[in-house]
Amino acid sequence: MPVPALAITNLAKSFDRPVVHGLDLTVAAGEFYALLGPNGAGKTTILRMVAGLLAPDAGTIEIFGTDVRKDPVAAKRLLAWVSDEPMVYDRLTPLEYLDFVAGLWQVDPIQARDTANDLLDLLGLKPHANELCGGFSKGMLQKVALAGALIHDPRLIILDEPLTGLDAGSARQVKDVLLEKVRQGVTIIMTTHILEVAERMAQRIGVIAGGRLVAEGTLTELRARTGRESTLEEIFLELVEPGPAAT
Amino acid sequence: MMAAPGSLLWFARHELRLAWRDWLAMMTGGQRVRLFGFLFGGLAVYALLHLIAAVIIAPAAANGIAPDKPTLAMVTGIGLLFFSVMLSQALEAITRVYYTRSDLDLILSSPASTRTLFAVRTGAVALSTALLSALLASPIINMLALFAGPHWLWAYLVLPAFSALAVAIAMALTMGLFRLVGPKRTRLIAQILAAIVGAGFVIGIQAVAILSFDTYSRFALFSSPDLIATLPAADHWLWLPARAVMGDAISAVPVIATFLGALALAMLFFSPSYGRLAVAAASVGQSNRHRAKTGTHFTGRSQAQALRHKEWRLLQRDPWLLSQTLMQMLYLLPPALLLWVNYGEGAGAFIVIVPVLVMAAGQLAGGLAWLALSGEDAYDLVATAPIPAASILRAKVEAVLVVVAAVLAPLLALLALNSWAMAVATGICAILSAASATAIQVWFRIPMRRAMFRRRQVASRAATISEAFASITWAGTGALLSVGSWVAGLTAIIALVVLGIARSLSPHRS
Repeated sequence: MPVPALAITNLAKSFDRPVVHGLDLTVAAGEFYALLGPNGAGKTTILRMVAGLLAPDAGTIEIFGTDVRKDPVAAKRLLAWVSDEPMVYDRLTPLEYLDFVAGLWQVDPIQARDTANDLLDLLGLKPHANELCGGFSKGMLQKVALAGALIHDPRLIILDEPLTGLDAGSARQVKDVLLEKVRQGVTIIMTTHILEVAERMAQRIGVIAGGRLVAEGTLTELRARTGRESTLEEIFLELVEPGPAAT
Repeated sequence: MMAAPGSLLWFARHELRLAWRDWLAMMTGGQRVRLFGFLFGGLAVYALLHLIAAVIIAPAAANGIAPDKPTLAMVTGIGLLFFSVMLSQALEAITRVYYTRSDLDLILSSPASTRTLFAVRTGAVALSTALLSALLASPIINMLALFAGPHWLWAYLVLPAFSALAVAIAMALTMGLFRLVGPKRTRLIAQILAAIVGAGFVIGIQAVAILSFDTYSRFALFSSPDLIATLPAADHWLWLPARAVMGDAISAVPVIATFLGALALAMLFFSPSYGRLAVAAASVGQSNRHRAKTGTHFTGRSQAQALRHKEWRLLQRDPWLLSQTLMQMLYLLPPALLLWVNYGEGAGAFIVIVPVLVMAAGQLAGGLAWLALSGEDAYDLVATAPIPAASILRAKVEAVLVVVAAVLAPLLALLALNSWAMAVATGICAILSAASATAIQVWFRIPMRRAMFRRRQVASRAATISEAFASITWAGTGALLSVGSWVAGLTAIIALVVLGIARSLSPHRS
């Protein structure tokens, strides 16, 4: 049986109150997985634990068979994390930023330079490659952060609301780059509130509510669960909202 | 009675409410009990300052303080020192009036009068400057009133007038900068100017004292008989502010009226352009497409090198830090001057510069360590990189200590030419001071935006206080070690105790 890209077992995390309860989640290698859930459902907490930014209270997280807690450095080599708030330095240019990220992941400098130029070109940032990021729009910053996530050729990319605040053109560029990565065999896990994006891009969808995985499967499987030809929005609302489903 | 929306009173009430809640949140961190701790601690420090002021002032005031020429010169000199700090603070605050966005976009997009808003905000700057300077000067004023007569209490009326003048000058300077260099560069230059004004006057007179009187005391100039002989007679108008501070009502009334009038005139003159300039300042962020001067070469650094290089590059490009570093460098000028003037004349005169260098090392390291450790804008990126957390920490600490070493090394080398022993003692204590400040920043690190540098002290008062105490005690150790005193051991132990307390209070004890 192939090693899954992500295997979460019995994961739990509490802050003032329990946020994630006994979560089990498996994402296969090369899969595009969308994690949906209402605000405060625990999506970001789960992904931050996967990225090693939060320590779980209980449970295990394995990235391609590497335990995140036992060997965090090895796990991080395989992973890229893009948050909804772009992690970019105001006083570095996109090229300098990519040089820095390549240094952190120890990418061969010649390969890093070529990849950086390709990525900036692909994301429409080439004309701004030597401008300080401080003057960039949110969309441009998000694209710089995405380029940073891709420069070290990760096997698993985790994106938390990557399309928030992007205009249609930028969103399209980001979606194209992500789909191309999946075609190349990279695994992508993404949270989004834009259900249409999840519907169109993801191969499997997981719905989180109250820190638990309440449903999971392909769109067809989720439809089968509701027993009618619903849109993802209708399925989502039925799963996460108490009482009768909104239509 | 409710003030009419958009009126001066209405805006003033809005600003006051925000300022009060901001202050309360800053002081309590959401816990009321902290406020009591802060108040009791503050009162204890305040009482101690009164005690120190009493010890200094009581003997000097024993035979009364007459408003003769030497006294007026001394009061004027001290007043100018105070005023330079006021002006520096006002300049920075006025720049914020134009550049801080927060609710400015909302207000500028409303039909409310920008002239009214400008009047309220600049008035608030004048008030806060006056309150802060009154608080700082109050131990001296109170003890002067106690030992030399209640007429010194007039100083409390004169101080707000001085702060009004400082704000008026700050407004004129800011407007001048807008005209001269445009909104894109005004903030940076104003910040640097504020740093220079704040430290420049103090350092300038200290430099004159070193060059002319061979002493490190900035008061030497004010009490110099040569200088006093060249000054006008005691009844000259030049001494009006000093006389006003000393409680001469006839001098105080015109001084207060003139200075408050200057503020009113500045408000009247500069308020019509406020809306336009605030909008121009807002567009700076949007058009801030600076090109990097150097190319990017993808040289293939190690992870630690990449982290250190990034830290240095960001430090180099940070205008706020530039002004802060400039301030630290300015404070190092007098010791450098003293070293130069006394070069080859033995080590005796240098004892005063040892604590300055040690303190500077601690303060510089503390500020830089905050930027590198807490002010990491891409915290998640660095935390998800395949590097052990300890290695990240080590690389960042190295980046800080290299900068501190680069700043101090030339001065230590100069000192070594005069006295090896003193240079070694200074070097050791400077390393300990810088290491202590860095360790405190490691223990108290909290991820914050780099732009929050100004408010870093607020994040943890324990860190700020312990950093200051550690620097002071290592500075004392350095001075005592330089003269071969065994008491150095005692102050070193106190410094270690301070560090121990800081560590026990800190959230990160690794």
